[in-house]
Amino acid sequence: MTATPLRGSRLDVTRRALTGWGRTAPTTADVVAVTGPDDVASLLAGLHAAGEAPARGVVARGLGRSYGDAAQNAGGLVLDMTGCARVLAIDVEGALVRVEAGVSLDTLIRTLLPLGMWLPVVPGTRQVTVGGAIAADVHGKNHHVAGSFGAHVLELDLVTADGRVRRLTPDGEDADAFWATVGGMGLTGVVVRATLACVPAETAYAVVRTERARDLDHLLELLAEDDPDPYSVAWFDALARGPRMGRAVLTRGRLARLDDLPARLAKRPSSLGGEGQGPAVPPVPYGLLNRATGRAFNELWFRKAPRRPSTDVEPLGAFFQPLDGVRDWNRVYGPRGFCQYQFVVPPAEVESFRRAVALIAASGHPSCLNVLKRMGPSGPGPLSFPAPGWTLAVDLPAEPGLHRLFAQLDELVLGAGGRVYLAKDARLSSGSVEAMYPRLAEFRAVRRMLDPEELFVSDLARRVLL
Amino acid sequence: MTPRPTLQELTVLDATGRPRSLFLLGGTSDIALAVAERYASRVPGLRVVLAARPGERRDSAVTRLAGVGCDVHAVDLEARSVDSHEDAVRAAAALGDIDVAVVAYGLLGDNERAWTDVAAGTELAEVNFVGPLAAGILLGERVREQGHGVVVALSSVAAERPRRSNFVYGATKAGTDAFFTGLGEALREHGGHVLVVRPGFVRSKMTAGLEPAPLATDPGRVADAVLAAVDARREQVWVPGAMRGVMVVLRHLPRPVFRRLPI
Repeated sequence: MTATPLRGSRLDVTRRALTGWGRTAPTTADVVAVTGPDDVASLLAGLHAAGEAPARGVVARGLGRSYGDAAQNAGGLVLDMTGCARVLAIDVEGALVRVEAGVSLDTLIRTLLPLGMWLPVVPGTRQVTVGGAIAADVHGKNHHVAGSFGAHVLELDLVTADGRVRRLTPDGEDADAFWATVGGMGLTGVVVRATLACVPAETAYAVVRTERARDLDHLLELLAEDDPDPYSVAWFDALARGPRMGRAVLTRGRLARLDDLPARLAKRPSSLGGEGQGPAVPPVPYGLLNRATGRAFNELWFRKAPRRPSTDVEPLGAFFQPLDGVRDWNRVYGPRGFCQYQFVVPPAEVESFRRAVALIAASGHPSCLNVLKRMGPSGPGPLSFPAPGWTLAVDLPAEPGLHRLFAQLDELVLGAGGRVYLAKDARLSSGSVEAMYPRLAEFRAVRRMLDPEELFVSDLARRVLL
Repeated sequence: MTPRPTLQELTVLDATGRPRSLFLLGGTSDIALAVAERYASRVPGLRVVLAARPGERRDSAVTRLAGVGCDVHAVDLEARSVDSHEDAVRAAAALGDIDVAVVAYGLLGDNERAWTDVAAGTELAEVNFVGPLAAGILLGERVREQGHGVVVALSSVAAERPRRSNFVYGATKAGTDAFFTGLGEALREHGGHVLVVRPGFVRSKMTAGLEPAPLATDPGRVADAVLAAVDARREQVWVPGAMRGVMVVLRHLPRPVFRRLPI
């Protein structure tokens, strides 16, 4: 694992095994840590000029939170973007922030909150980079009202295969390239800078309503209700069968205003005291999650929620990113790792949705982190995941036979006109992706234009032939 | 500038242990075919490069795998020729990444001839050791370039302790076993995974006509064990599993006792 100089560049390259957050299917690549946008541009321009494109391509990698193989590139080059991470400018009046793409949402939020600013879309972890959030076009608990991350990107700088830095905007001349990059899984080039719209946040807290749903029907009913709060998500019991199938805990919330806070919090409303990284999970030799522990966890989690609907004030991190409190939580699954399966089906496909929940519960594969929510309209990105309807995500330990459950789920999702989220995927086949993403041809056309020689490639791109 | 492979030519094992391509060296071996059939049931249209001596047996192996939906490509392989290994690996690599390679060919031979006749003894060494060594080196080169790849090498419990009745075979397998065990260490940093398989007595065409030993198994069971071990990224597997314990005991028996055992 010694670093060697990269030919024609002052940067060093280290050969490293990489996986996604699910820790499955590791592959080895030459990793180059870049320190800023100029590094990326000069590196790619140098390779282009010398006609020495690496035989197995290049892909950018952020904090490695894609669950599967989106940010790894077997035998090729991987640009570690986490050193290209400065906050360049903040415009409080205009509610804008300009950043380098490797900055984490965590750093960004810690910078913005004390200024009374917040991001319009935050995903379930802050340990992602802005570049990664754009490439996966991530969504949050407010998707039904705010859309996905890409909807709030005002401008981005993309380094393409020729080493040129292109400034792209959502409705400018290069709008096609912009929208292919949003949700494009890093295959159009390397995002090096972005300007994001912000929203005001009076405090660092959320007002959260928690409610139990006794079964799936009850849950769907609650989710379909007219909801005054912009944020909503449900955790459901993925192991309960029979009459309790789909029992759930629904949380809905909004950003807290100053007058929502109790006096002791109101003194320092934007304090990040409630934030912070908690303990880390040590490496474990075997996965700790099995049917018995899974059942116990699901039972506990359901019972932890109050019997009657309740309203609380919680730090934003506790509401939006509860898992960020436990570092390296993916180690719980042991060396074999785990897969997340997230799909969305159209609003009318409630029955397919119900069948998917039943399939998972009956499969015997235990899942603890089971998330369900309603999604709003799609964005313009041809490869962007979010679509109107019901989305569900489950985390399943990688164990024998899992491919059979996934094949059943794929069939169901396809039959319902739904799709699986590429940022979470580690096993889809190219045929399924083609059917799930009807605008794939459009994406490919833009990609061919920006990168005719397919310099940008990842294990994901190879696997599903993006 | 070297021409870059197209997307279709590059593949990787997925998170649920599904390769897109399989390379069988000794593609008519019962164990190799059983492994291919099991992967084929996981992966519709699995690409299989079947390297073996041309002839009727290879033809029927191709038919058998095509029958379970594989996209089969036959290439020539002569176990005793190093050049032929180079050609076969080159041909397989030309079709794309090698996700899983199985080095399966081998020769049991006649032990009494093998330890008394130079030609017979060295033939065993060439087929069971020199050939696999060449294959391992060439496959290792592919793994280093690909940044990933699984190599499965068929060893034997005979590699663990020489016994009177088949020590020449045992000696050749011991060499192969040691080589692939070390190759696994060497390829770790390059994303490679090497699995050394140590079956006991396998009822197959290699052992046809022999009296099965205790704990005898069959190619299907060996293949099941191989897939499970690849999934779990294990580096060694005994088939049946109980063989591991048996061999721990046998390896430590004093020679005067070991020699009296009816094995």
